[in-house]
Amino acid sequence: MSAPATTARATGRVRRPPVRRPAPARDAADVGLRARVLAALAAVRDPELDEPITDLRFVSAIEVGEAGEVTVRLRLPTPQCAPNFAFLMGADARRAVARVRGVRRVIVRLEDHYTGEEINRALRGSAGFSEAFPGETDDDDLETLRAIFTRKALIARQATVCERMLADGWSEETVLGARVRALPDLPEARRALMLRAELGLPTDGDSPAFVEPGGQPAGAPGLRRWLRGARLVRLSLEANGGICRDLLRARHGPAADLEEAGR
Amino acid sequence: MFEHAGQRYFIVDSHVHMWSAGPDNWVKGQETYAKGWIECFHAYQSLGPEETHWPIEKFMSYTHEDFVHDVFEEGGVDVAIFQSTYLEEWYTNGFNTAAQNHALVEKYPDRLIVNGRWDPRDGDAGLRRLEEDAKRYDLKGVKLYTAEWNAGSRGYSLADGMCTPFFEKCKELGIRNIHVHKGPTIWPLDKDAFDVRDVDIAATTHPELNFIVEHVGLPRIEDFCFMATQEPNVYAGLSVVIGGLMHARPRFFAKVMGELLFWVGEDKMLFGSDYGIWEPRWQIEGFLKWDYPGEEYSDYPRLSDATKRKILGLNAARLYDIKVPDGMGIPEAGRREGAELVETADA
Repeated sequence: MSAPATTARATGRVRRPPVRRPAPARDAADVGLRARVLAALAAVRDPELDEPITDLRFVSAIEVGEAGEVTVRLRLPTPQCAPNFAFLMGADARRAVARVRGVRRVIVRLEDHYTGEEINRALRGSAGFSEAFPGETDDDDLETLRAIFTRKALIARQATVCERMLADGWSEETVLGARVRALPDLPEARRALMLRAELGLPTDGDSPAFVEPGGQPAGAPGLRRWLRGARLVRLSLEANGGICRDLLRARHGPAADLEEAGR
Repeated sequence: MFEHAGQRYFIVDSHVHMWSAGPDNWVKGQETYAKGWIECFHAYQSLGPEETHWPIEKFMSYTHEDFVHDVFEEGGVDVAIFQSTYLEEWYTNGFNTAAQNHALVEKYPDRLIVNGRWDPRDGDAGLRRLEEDAKRYDLKGVKLYTAEWNAGSRGYSLADGMCTPFFEKCKELGIRNIHVHKGPTIWPLDKDAFDVRDVDIAATTHPELNFIVEHVGLPRIEDFCFMATQEPNVYAGLSVVIGGLMHARPRFFAKVMGELLFWVGEDKMLFGSDYGIWEPRWQIEGFLKWDYPGEEYSDYPRLSDATKRKILGLNAARLYDIKVPDGMGIPEAGRREGAELVETADA
């Protein structure tokens, strides 16, 4: 992975692509709204990879109209990328942008995808995924799928935190017995707690620092063995993310300045 | 055979294609899909070294001569196994059917093997077709796409009861190798196409059959590893792993190989180039030269010369009863080392 996942949501800070100069003339309100929209999109993640869609270069353009109308264009590494995840990202992007101050209307368009028409139709209305593909799927399945990857992301982030604690001199026993309040101040630790919250698992200071996705304290087979499996989960996410980035580059070329913020 | 550093290696490429994907083979009204599919494959090719990239025109419609040159002459592959892919809804004569592949097998019967297919949703007609195909193509293996759509169904599971007669038919016909596509797929909606639990159940139920999970379940390598470590008849198909990562993402490649060696073991990993996505030569040469790129990989199993011989040919030769020429097997010492590695993986 070229860069660790950003922590926009956890820290309130937003990683912005470098600003290209000279930029087309825009008034200050427009630039401010664009920045807020981009910040909102940076908090939307690919559910399969647990990385921001902006880091993955999935946001190809943001268009801001005078009356607060925003169009976001999304693109994926291949036209055959799984429609289920494509829909989840589109719907999440739409929801995130709709909450931005000053936005009155949001259109999210998925481009160059073999089910783009169906997905865009569903994204235009309030239809769920199941209505995009009548009789072929249902939305409950989609949330189940999302939860599978939320659990994987939790395991992966915990692996990084655990490795860091061991490297900092914690013994295996103390890591196993650690509580949330003892977690180091790391982006991965903050992310892990957010993922726990999404899964409905406790995040208070007294709860175990490392948990299985089902909520039990992690490391029952021994810390090293648990870590070995957790690292493999992380590798799977990262290797997949690497292939996504490489395929996207093959299709759309190397990153151009500000492409994520719109042309 | 492949010569490297004064040694000769017996190579079985367990995953090759002879496809036809040019505009002349696109189904009317489905051109967007047919074109999009082959362009997607072409993007994968870009993950290999630049000097091995082809223009899209050649990539769509390479010839028998290209295959013979790239796989046999340049690639040094002794035996290659065709994994058939139909996609008849997009490609008029199919993308890469057993019949297409067989045309080349007839020219090189000792060096090419073609695998067939079945789909449990085809019922009795499917069983009859399997019997015919087995006779016509002398099948030793099949390639299955569990995420494929069929007559209103959005995929199936190998654990479904309707698969049982097909597994039984395979045993009866001498088809022992079940390659299962668990990797990037074009049909997943809600179906979790990467889920490998069904392979686990089928492998336990049918210990006489070998299950080769293609692309090691990418992007679900961990689920695959946790399962394969427990099932003696589950194998890792390395197509896409070597082609897609070794050059483009060498550090991930090192970790993925290390994990596979640890969890699955060197006796159950099969090289596959995925030609024509990637030519075999750079993959074989690169893998023979390859070692972990640094100290940080020290807790992964080491690779010996024997490890590489097994992965590049001997493991697949065992599954497909391919005779390995004298002197091309593994010396005794290498064999012992391999056994230790497997124990590590099981520990």
